[in-house]
Amino acid sequence: MKLLENSAVIDPDLLRFAAAGSVDDGKSTLIGRLLYDSKSIFEDQLNNLERTSQKRGQSSIDFSLLTDGLMAEREQGITIDVAYRYFSTPQRKFIIADTPGHEQYTRNMVTGASTADVAIVLIDARKGVLTQSKRHAYLAHLLGVPHLVVAVNKMDLVDFAEDVFNKIRAEFAEFAKGLGARHVHYVPLSALHGDMVVTRGDRLNWHRGPTLLELLETLDVSADRGYDPLRFPVQLLAWPDASRGRERRGYLGRIESGTVRVGDAVTVLPSGMTSTIAAIKTLDGDLAEARAPLSITLELADEIDVSRGDMIVHQAAAEAQAQVPARRIEATLCWLHARPLDRRRPYLIKHTTSTVKAEIESINHTIDINALEPRAGAQTLAMNDIAKVGIRLYQPLVCDAYADKRATGAFIVIDPADNATVAAGMIERQSAFVH
Amino acid sequence: MNSIAQHCKAASNPVHHAARVSPQRLSQLDVLESESIHILREVAAECSNPALLFSGGKDSIVLLRLAEKAFRPSQFPFPLLHIDTGHNFPEVIAFRDKRAQELGERLIVRSVEDSIASGRVVERPGAGRNALQSVTLLDAIAELGFDACIGGARRDEEKARAKERIFSFRDSFGQWDPKNQRPELWDLYNARVHAGENIRVFPISNWTELDVWQYIARERLEVPSIYFAHNREVVRRTGGLLPVSELVRPRAGERVETLPVRFRTVGDMTCTCPVESVAATVEEIIAETQTTRITERGATRMDDQTSEASMELRKKEGYF
Repeated sequence: MKLLENSAVIDPDLLRFAAAGSVDDGKSTLIGRLLYDSKSIFEDQLNNLERTSQKRGQSSIDFSLLTDGLMAEREQGITIDVAYRYFSTPQRKFIIADTPGHEQYTRNMVTGASTADVAIVLIDARKGVLTQSKRHAYLAHLLGVPHLVVAVNKMDLVDFAEDVFNKIRAEFAEFAKGLGARHVHYVPLSALHGDMVVTRGDRLNWHRGPTLLELLETLDVSADRGYDPLRFPVQLLAWPDASRGRERRGYLGRIESGTVRVGDAVTVLPSGMTSTIAAIKTLDGDLAEARAPLSITLELADEIDVSRGDMIVHQAAAEAQAQVPARRIEATLCWLHARPLDRRRPYLIKHTTSTVKAEIESINHTIDINALEPRAGAQTLAMNDIAKVGIRLYQPLVCDAYADKRATGAFIVIDPADNATVAAGMIERQSAFVH
Repeated sequence: MNSIAQHCKAASNPVHHAARVSPQRLSQLDVLESESIHILREVAAECSNPALLFSGGKDSIVLLRLAEKAFRPSQFPFPLLHIDTGHNFPEVIAFRDKRAQELGERLIVRSVEDSIASGRVVERPGAGRNALQSVTLLDAIAELGFDACIGGARRDEEKARAKERIFSFRDSFGQWDPKNQRPELWDLYNARVHAGENIRVFPISNWTELDVWQYIARERLEVPSIYFAHNREVVRRTGGLLPVSELVRPRAGERVETLPVRFRTVGDMTCTCPVESVAATVEEIIAETQTTRITERGATRMDDQTSEASMELRKKEGYF
């Protein structure tokens, strides 16, 4: 036990961030700089970059080649898909979702932001806050990314002028306030020369805040899910087998939110049946309590009917009707597939560990991603469209609003015809309609 | 490296467990482990006939421990499958068999030699068998009716892999279409396939080489001896050290040297290069991994260096 407590202090934790922006903003250069200055680019990668850059007649190393891994991307000089990159410092391990800024923009950004703790929005200091910057920030906010870092890049091209940075910050802050974004951070930097990325340099001395890397190393993203209400979606059942040492039925899953303790009174939704936590099992022995996001096996004191897709919550919460299984939901949908929505057909919705049939009943409005304004009248949804929709579910789902809990408020839409993932959804609320 | 040793769990001490509480702040290894367990359980729940690719290499050794964490005390809900190139290091094959037996899990072996003998593939003299492996793998998937294969590939290994999904769809020819992948959001994995198609699942996508070694240390996992420094006869070829064996003989003008080396990856003996090293323990390997300036595959895989897109091309044809 002592050992585990120690490990929690010594080990670095994990931060996932999405970098949004186009080649013009210097996003690849910024990621390259972050990796290079934190000594996370290896010699053979660097040699490769040099060779390829030379082959293309570029005089300096093109860092975008680091993340553009597919042949088609290298041939066309564009980023097609989200790439994941990894680096660590003594403080943290970082996972970067590098999302391309142009082609299929919304689709990729939404994908990268879905798991991110932080989104970096790049702004070209010469151009100021553009529609594109707002779009990036809007999508990050829509996907519930807790922290927004506004990196004002190319400060070298505006003579490292403080007033340029201040003006951009003021304008963006106004916009972020309108969005309702809570944690917004600003860093002036030059990705090309490295100022304020990993090291401070000596040309932005007026900036009192941390460098970009310092910021990423210290942002508090734990948002301690351990204190939130318990959400335990059941993934799998394990049958008792005394010969192998399993005495009771086991419910396998990951705690998506909250803390569970042995002896806790729990309710299984949607059935509403109640029991008590008899044991929390792991390969490393029984636990007295466990918190999100650990994967564990729960055993209940009573033999009740529990299956995949059910959600185990604390009894008090269930009694307070915090979670009524929903038959109708209102959600924001991002359409991700080239084949548009066909409202004549039912789709499949995968939400936590359940998959149910569903119909998109209504399109309330779409969001004009450039004007960031609602537009009425859409009859269908095409790739990269974002819309508020009403959905009728063939089976009830136990869900939360996405704004409250990402894990239990998110879903994907699958087209049963070819099993393609066609849309991503964020639950706004359970609909007021009668079931 | 003491800190690593301190992380080792006290699995044999039930007194600790009775009162154990999960730590306040989870380390990155705890988070990665939980993510991987979640993925393995999703495969078990959503796929009707999965298999776990086990080669005896470090990444699949980690996969097996994660499967234990996900399913024990029950039997694994999938067999282990190895596609044997016939060019594997004997120490690794011996380890593979021993580990499968210790776990009491079923190991299925299909061999590239058989594919060559039956005329399904033609071997090009002097070429490695990594590409041929894809055919044997796809044949095994068809023969045994697998709808999902769990593999130990990581995104940090290679740039095509950096673009791969955790649940990666393969069409009825086993092909990967990197430009047309299913978007993967949150941790809502789409494992659905029609008959004949399959899914490749990579539960340790988000792990790095260092994470793997730190986990091996933390879990006190045994690995094949060739990962540790040992003296071996090698020749210098195409910028790397190539181990001399019955498959690799020194060419005219090449000098056989005996050097202290270890392998960072274990693959086809004809194209997997060791690195010079004196690291004799997992802790020393971790220290070396933390300071190395060469990527894992960059140092060790000659077949990846034949072109900039070798891995992407192989993967498109069904490689894992």
